[in-house]
Amino acid sequence: MKNWIRVGCDTGGIAAGADKVISALEAEKASQKLDVKIVRVGSLGLSFADPLVEVGAEGMPTVLYGNVNEVSAKAIATDHLGKKKLVEDCVVASRKRGTAIAQKVAYILVKDTASSGGDKTEYIQTSIVDELKRQGVEGVQVVRMLDAGIYDRGIVVQVLPSEVTYVDVKASDIARIVTETVKGAKVVKEILFSEADKQIRVVLRNCGIIDPENIDDYIAQKGYEALKKCFAIKPEGVIEEMKTSGLRGRGGAGFPTWLKWKLTREVQNPEKFVICNADEGDPGAFMDRSVLESDPHSVLEGMLIAAYTMGASMGYFYIRAEYPCAIARVEKAIAQARERGLLGDNIMGSGFSFNAKVRLGAGAFVCGEETALIASIEGKRGSPTPRPPFPSVKGLFGKSTAINNVETLASVPAIINMGGAEYSKHGTDKSKGTKVFAVTGKVKNAQLVEVPMGTTLHDVIYKICGGVQDAKPIKAVQTGGPSGGVIPEQHLDTPISYENLQQLGSIMGSGGMLVMDKNDCMVDVTKFYLKFCVDESCGKCAPCRVGGFQLLQLLEKISKGRGSLEDIEMIRKICVAMQKASLCGLGQTAPNPVLSTLRYFESEYKAYIDGGAVYARKMAKILAGEAPSPAAPAATNK
Amino acid sequence: MSQSSTITPNEKSDIRKEVAQHVSNWKGEEGNLIMILHAIQNQHGYVPREVAMELSREVGVTLGRIYEVLTFYHYFKLVPPGKHNISVCLGTACYLKGAPALINEVKSQLKVEEGGTTEDHEFHLDVVRCIGCCGMAPAMTVDGRTCGKVKPEDISKIIAETKSA
Ligand SMILES: Cc1cc2nc3c(=O)[nH]c(=O)nc-3n(C[C@H](O)[C@H](O)[C@H](O)COP(=O)(O)O)c2cc1C
Ligand code: SF4
Ligand code: FES
Repeated sequence: MKNWIRVGCDTGGIAAGADKVISALEAEKASQKLDVKIVRVGSLGLSFADPLVEVGAEGMPTVLYGNVNEVSAKAIATDHLGKKKLVEDCVVASRKRGTAIAQKVAYILVKDTASSGGDKTEYIQTSIVDELKRQGVEGVQVVRMLDAGIYDRGIVVQVLPSEVTYVDVKASDIARIVTETVKGAKVVKEILFSEADKQIRVVLRNCGIIDPENIDDYIAQKGYEALKKCFAIKPEGVIEEMKTSGLRGRGGAGFPTWLKWKLTREVQNPEKFVICNADEGDPGAFMDRSVLESDPHSVLEGMLIAAYTMGASMGYFYIRAEYPCAIARVEKAIAQARERGLLGDNIMGSGFSFNAKVRLGAGAFVCGEETALIASIEGKRGSPTPRPPFPSVKGLFGKSTAINNVETLASVPAIINMGGAEYSKHGTDKSKGTKVFAVTGKVKNAQLVEVPMGTTLHDVIYKICGGVQDAKPIKAVQTGGPSGGVIPEQHLDTPISYENLQQLGSIMGSGGMLVMDKNDCMVDVTKFYLKFCVDESCGKCAPCRVGGFQLLQLLEKISKGRGSLEDIEMIRKICVAMQKASLCGLGQTAPNPVLSTLRYFESEYKAYIDGGAVYARKMAKILAGEAPSPAAPAATNK
Repeated sequence: MSQSSTITPNEKSDIRKEVAQHVSNWKGEEGNLIMILHAIQNQHGYVPREVAMELSREVGVTLGRIYEVLTFYHYFKLVPPGKHNISVCLGTACYLKGAPALINEVKSQLKVEEGGTTEDHEFHLDVVRCIGCCGMAPAMTVDGRTCGKVKPEDISKIIAETKSA
């Protein structure tokens, strides 16, 4: 069948109504006897435009639609498939940008991306239609798009199928576009947008493209070829390849993956385990969920490669119970792989035998920590234990164990397929490759992005995600969730790397990136994070249990307008004590949001201290949405 | 209800069968306790005390240790949920985009506290952490169905729809 429709059916897509869209499409397919294959895929990551529908019709360019509902779904069937007409106000422009008109122009997409001055999209659309008519051009449809993927560049025009994209288009350019581009098949250089897409899809390579519940779809994308290659190059070869790639763990700490595998491999232990950490504890992050729901086989293949390299015979996916869709898809992937002999005895005749199972988390942030996670899989409370012994020596059920994050494992097959050297071309000196971020909060277009390390925070937020919602001024970006910190506006042009983020007092973390605008109160946000850590502390050691509680009380006191400058000093002292004396990563990093906001936004703490109860009451009202926000005090430069 | 300690012999035998079934499903799996508890909660919506007691007998783990696990993990519930269950996300993305106002709205409309059930047992309200739909913050789930980009003024409609569903 030549025509296809892909509907994004991850948790986000389904929440936005993907099921209804599918029903509407199926109904039209039946009643109009359309020759089209409707496929449920995972997520392309463009959460702001969920549900997403991509359409490939014979003789037409592939078109992505966003914010589709039952009405536009019907239009997709009737107009797009039936009449080769694109649907108005739904098209999400291609992020690929053409440089030449290789094929006759069939569609012209328009969108006014200026953040002020009223929307001129319709005016430009009409002008182009009129100009086409005036010049006697027929058979070109002019369509308003939903999203141009380019922001704050005035009128954006994209012509299809060549994907040549123009920015800052003026009314006076329209005649030239029609004469030169449409009729003359030439590019108007002055307005051409030639910046390459900032995103590179390695981890997300299959997400939103393949059916995650069909192993054949994965196999068609080179699936399980990397595993085969690993059998040929042997464990030493895999370790060498991973070393060349420079991949570091994506779960937060950034430990070199090859080294973890090498150390675990060297332990003499007849039984070893691999665990995929899919506990995704940072509230506000959804990279791992999206990958598990959209491309579970790539994570499974990564796990198989890890296991083969280290000599492990059993693998566990530790998935949060709050992710039912991810759990179901991983279970299905395991069952399908078993059916095909990709799990079980003597896989592909290699002599390597391996099995995988799913274990559920139960809502405890601390279980993302390795020793707590192991205790949880063993059926116990998730209390961390001192290290050493490290899990690589004495882990799950006392056996040698390696734990890797979802994104880390999903990167592995791609790295093996492209070669470590190719992968390491992306990124910075010490932080190689690409990283997925979940950009949320006060951002215009919340979404998953995958960029090479070294991309600036500014580019991620402004160029890819369209800047701050309602074009408000930005205050800071929070990375690393409850273990991380804030990066204020003046440091947004920092290239993202493990080292740079740490230097700024934050961490890479697992990839949560929360945008805060000028109205967000740093003291309040800090209290939120700290409360989270206090709630989640397992209570085993005093520095974290008592220290966290004391910190929270001091923050409460300040936010009620009863704090003093001595309290701030006390906060700093407790933070240092917690960092030094806590048993596990939770307590060691819980002070990070506090120290980081104190570093850049001490003035906001002081405003509470100086303003007293009157100021505190006023802020409380603003935060509850009962009063408009004033201009907050400026960040301290450091 | 099964909350009280007076249960009929029939109920007792049902519980015994049920627990035996769950245990046999997970037989031979090391560290299976949490997975069995998940299965029990999936069936009942919470982990009833009688079932936990039966499980303790069946697998030979003390009730104390079972409760140690149950109380450690936020996901496990020890009291029956309502007929309808509302979970409002209070993850960071949702917090920043107005989840506290949503929680207040649900609380005042249903006269229910966080973690509590309405007097008529119709609605139960939970505040949860990140349901993975941060791209559509603020988000909430109603009887397992996720709603995104929710505004306080949408709450009454959501409640009415749930009641009539
Ligand atoms: C409190 C705490 C929570 C954590 N949560 C997660 C998590 O949700 N997901 C994750 O992959 N790693 C998490 N980690 C890091 C893991 O313990 C571990 O370092 C990681 O999974 C190793 O995999 P990687 O080397 O592939 O990154 C957490 C660590 C701590 C201390
Ligand atoms: S630091 Fe906190 S979470 Fe970690 S072991 Fe100590 S009390 Fe538990
Ligand atoms: S923070 Fe609410 S869904 Fe993630």
